[in-house]
Amino acid sequence: MTSQARAATREALGPTLVRLTREGLDIVVVDADLGSSTTARDFGKVFPDRFITVGVAEQNMVNVAAGLAAAGKTVFISTFAVFAPGRCFDQLRLGIAQPGLNVKLVGSHSGIITGEDGPSAQAIDDLALMLSLSGFRVLVPADVVEAEQAIEAAARTDGPFYIRCVRPKIPVIYDQDYRFQLGKAHLLRPGKDVTVMAIGVMVFAALEAAELLAQERIDCRVLNVCSLKPLDEEAVLAAARETGGIVTAEDHLVHGGLGSLIAQTVARHQPVPLAFVGMQDQYATSGRWDELLKHYGLTPEKIAEAARDVISRKGG
Amino acid sequence: MKQPPLPSVSSAPLKELEALAKRVRRHIIEMTAAAGSGHPGGSLSCVEILVALYCRVLRHDAHNPAWPDRDRFILSKGHAAPAHYAVLAECGYLPLEELTSLRKLGSRLQGHSVAGSPPGVEMTSGSLGMGLSFSLGQALAAHLDGRSYRVYCLLSDGDLNEGQTWEAAMACAHYRADNLTAIVDYNRIQNDGFSDYSRYQDSSRPQRVGGWVGPEGHTVNIMGLQPLAEKWRAFGWQVLEADGHDLGALIAALEKAQAVEGRPTLIIAHTVKGKGVSFMENNPAFHGKAPTPEQAQQALAELA
Ligand SMILES: Cc1ncc(C[n+]2csc(CCOP(=O)(O)OP(=O)(O)O)c2C)c(N)n1
Repeated sequence: MTSQARAATREALGPTLVRLTREGLDIVVVDADLGSSTTARDFGKVFPDRFITVGVAEQNMVNVAAGLAAAGKTVFISTFAVFAPGRCFDQLRLGIAQPGLNVKLVGSHSGIITGEDGPSAQAIDDLALMLSLSGFRVLVPADVVEAEQAIEAAARTDGPFYIRCVRPKIPVIYDQDYRFQLGKAHLLRPGKDVTVMAIGVMVFAALEAAELLAQERIDCRVLNVCSLKPLDEEAVLAAARETGGIVTAEDHLVHGGLGSLIAQTVARHQPVPLAFVGMQDQYATSGRWDELLKHYGLTPEKIAEAARDVISRKGG
Repeated sequence: MKQPPLPSVSSAPLKELEALAKRVRRHIIEMTAAAGSGHPGGSLSCVEILVALYCRVLRHDAHNPAWPDRDRFILSKGHAAPAHYAVLAECGYLPLEELTSLRKLGSRLQGHSVAGSPPGVEMTSGSLGMGLSFSLGQALAAHLDGRSYRVYCLLSDGDLNEGQTWEAAMACAHYRADNLTAIVDYNRIQNDGFSDYSRYQDSSRPQRVGGWVGPEGHTVNIMGLQPLAEKWRAFGWQVLEADGHDLGALIAALEKAQAVEGRPTLIIAHTVKGKGVSFMENNPAFHGKAPTPEQAQQALAELA
């Protein structure tokens, strides 16, 4: 794994917006004094007139974006996920979701892997918030290649989007031939004994878990569920039917995110044993992101353990 | 409201407090360098404000941090936690050796303030704009409980961008919270660059309306706050101004704030972000970036 390429998914934002604007999209960026961190400022450098600063004022950012979108612009806003959606839920609900405006929110720093800044900067509940907003599409790229394509899909599709990115440089999984499809899960590894469904940084961990399980002759399917909403119900239910058990893995609370979504989907159509790897009803602390993942049990080993548990609970 | 004598206020001469301020600056450099991340710029800019408060103004007791009558200090700009931890350590709230555990797994010293960690930290912060509301809550509780403690809140330019700060400003005046003093660390530099044009050097360029990205890559004119004193006066506050690195001037303003009746006081402390380290002064690059080991050495040499 030493030669593993790494990049932060947030790094896709600025450059992708520059490219899409050059290709003719009518993009405007509203920034709340974090453009250097979200990389939205790279866009401001190239298109100064399309870059609007409101200072550290996320609620204002959201509704200014709504006004621009109502006038026909494709508007991108970005900040740490703790601040939006975190601080702006009503603005997002009434201001963007209910009128269905063409605003794309990028949560640049999400999950405990935000790291040393500590719990005030680690969004572990943003998916719970965003999945509850009717009309918002919710995407969680697993690497920088997928992030670029998710941003492009959001820009080219009318209506509200939430794209969940991360601060640290995580492994790059995909090559340039990969094609993200809105509403489709991506099968990264076939398998028939159990399925791990993962998002974000946990997709790479899921692949490593599948390797561990392979050593025990357990054939583990791995699905990247980047498109949380719309969800690829077909792929989820096929996995339930064909492998008989599912583990979800996310750098987010086990409540309200990927785990809840999958549980609800299979409970309705194809109940199977489930296990949930994620943050358990607690806040994390400051620390290096790799240390935090270990400390809070967001590891390939824990995913593999959960997979064995699920298999042991499968009906005969 | 008349104050009882201030038992824990030190009578150390200003010279000693200046030496203390320099030690605190050294701690900030050592802490952020050891962590490899953190916010040195905005920590260095509020050192004198904290030293003036903790050494000459606040009635507090490091050995009894839960003392119900203690004056409250609320750090709204929670990213300046290193400066606060360093001053708390110098006052005896935690061992000096603990300072370099900043931001490490298992440390009490989180990247942004967490209430009670260590004792002496009153409020969890790190999401800007919440501190003044919390401070008003504490000031109102003093009245409800018939206690005479005062509340001091440290705000930043960034705090003043948030609408919530202005909601709280209205409410503080509405409740005539004369036991509350807010101080703005008015360094006019934020996360991405310059709040307005006052610290932006390239005066050859026309002053554009709104924010824009300068040729060096910093954002310029993010959100201007001027005329700042007039805004707060219009909101019903007594407003004082002081050089935020002049301990004598800060102490005088903080004492004057205690005398006013029927209104809260805002002290606009004119500061320099990164103060005391040549290559950090007025340099937005050191808002949220730790010095490298070499830079830390140079900084410590300057602060010798
Ligand atoms: C609500 C919120 N939005 C964004 C941030 C990220 N952030 C951290 S510091 C900062 C601005 C720094 O400028 P200022 O507050 O003036 O701090 P100072 O220069 O005094 O250090 C920002 C935007 C935050 N902490 N809280």
